Amino acid sequence: MAEERAMHSLSMAAPTVTSAQTGALVDTATKVRARDVNVFYGDKQALHDISIDIPDRAVTAFIGPSGCGKTTFLRCINRMNDLIPGCRVKGSIEIEGADAYGKTVDPVVLRARVGMVFQKPNPFPKSIYENVAYGPRIHAMAKSKAELDVIVEQSLRRAGLWDEVKDRLNQTGTGLSGGQQQRLVIARAVAVNPDIILMDEPCSALDPIATAKIEELIDELRANYTIIIVTHSMAQAARVSQKTAFFHMGRLVETGATEEIFTNPRDTRTQDYITGRFG
Amino acid sequence: MGEHTVKAYGEALAELSNAVARMGGIVEQQVADAISGVVRRDTSLAQAVVAKDIRADDAHRDIEKRATRILALRQPLANDLREVIAAFKAAGELERVGDLAKSVSKRTLVLNQSDPIQITRSIERMGRIAQELLKDVLDAYTQRDVAKALAVWHRDEELDAYYTSLFRELLTYMMEDARTITPCAHLLFVAKNIERIGDHCTNVAEIVHYLITGEEIGRDRPKSDESTTPES
Repeated sequence: MAEERAMHSLSMAAPTVTSAQTGALVDTATKVRARDVNVFYGDKQALHDISIDIPDRAVTAFIGPSGCGKTTFLRCINRMNDLIPGCRVKGSIEIEGADAYGKTVDPVVLRARVGMVFQKPNPFPKSIYENVAYGPRIHAMAKSKAELDVIVEQSLRRAGLWDEVKDRLNQTGTGLSGGQQQRLVIARAVAVNPDIILMDEPCSALDPIATAKIEELIDELRANYTIIIVTHSMAQAARVSQKTAFFHMGRLVETGATEEIFTNPRDTRTQDYITGRFG
Repeated sequence: MGEHTVKAYGEALAELSNAVARMGGIVEQQVADAISGVVRRDTSLAQAVVAKDIRADDAHRDIEKRATRILALRQPLANDLREVIAAFKAAGELERVGDLAKSVSKRTLVLNQSDPIQITRSIERMGRIAQELLKDVLDAYTQRDVAKALAVWHRDEELDAYYTSLFRELLTYMMEDARTITPCAHLLFVAKNIERIGDHCTNVAEIVHYLITGEEIGRDRPKSDESTTPES
């Protein structure tokens, strides 16, 4: 019982986020619930007792210095760490109340529900159409070519790329600009109808205009998806997220409403990091 | 708290804070001279206050420029952001205090053309409290002293109470001798200006509180200016 209380004190109640459309206050439910997550790479412990609630249909930003464990934790959510030899994950991660590490869970199916976008755009060396169609095809989501066409168009529209590529769907995806490639990768993630999209520094290789487009896209996507973004840009975290979590040396130091974290952080480590001071 | 990784950023913030303290010094002197000008019926001192108001205005513009530059170049966050916002807002309040000192001195020039009125004693008392509030709130800013800021915030009530009693005194005076109406009316404005200086000090106290704690000060400040309530 005492243990349970301790766990609760570590976690955060789902915050209230303001809906951009209505300006009304909307209570969001918890989508991902992590408790006492510890991650080891061989003997080295990378994460210590991470407990956090990720709100549904909102953007949560993970910030912290390089090597603080934010990407490691992000990769726990869709079990990407399973692919790393010697990596062990302890503790619990639940997605909508179901254990992501349960015995019956197929990681491949899980990764369709929890899409991921990486730092460098990584389109397949295939056509734009094939990049987006690949996921729906292997998950047998379309019964016909016509249905697949619809999914491809919808996904490209959701990623804000349709108008730019609709006349050249058969050209190779790697021929697009960096920003377009990143949106193509987002379209590819969206195509398999995920609940959650993980983004690991999605704009770090992009120019300011392409970055702005991705940020605008993130803001639109959050109406339908739970988004978690790892970013080194404090300004970006402040702009796109509703909740922010600060990681430092493998620990979760502070979580809170983004506005609160960036105007009045509680922990001096958070303050020193976001204001660019020596620790 | 550690130092900024980018030294020039830390320096720019420190310079901004110093600029506010300097402007505070200028305005303090203006208020002191305005009060002694009106109390001692010193026309040349009053003229000097009117002429020197431009220094406070220049200091205000300088602070706005510095703050804007930091916002544009550094995108400050957390306590740094509050530092910049506080400097920006405090400078605006101090600029108003400078204007009020100037107004007091302009009235002094007119007052000195008629016979002295006994009531200037009360003005002197109000002036002293206003100067103390201003000094304390500037100390609270430079020393980052939240207790001192709160003390100023509460003490403004005292000034409001003096203003209310002076308002009544002046009414009595004017009723007794209609020839005093013109100087009394000017004195009333002088008193009101001093009372307003106290209000701006309260605003600066709120800014200092926000700067240090990141929180707004409580809402219900005690009010003792009853000159606007009926029957007074």
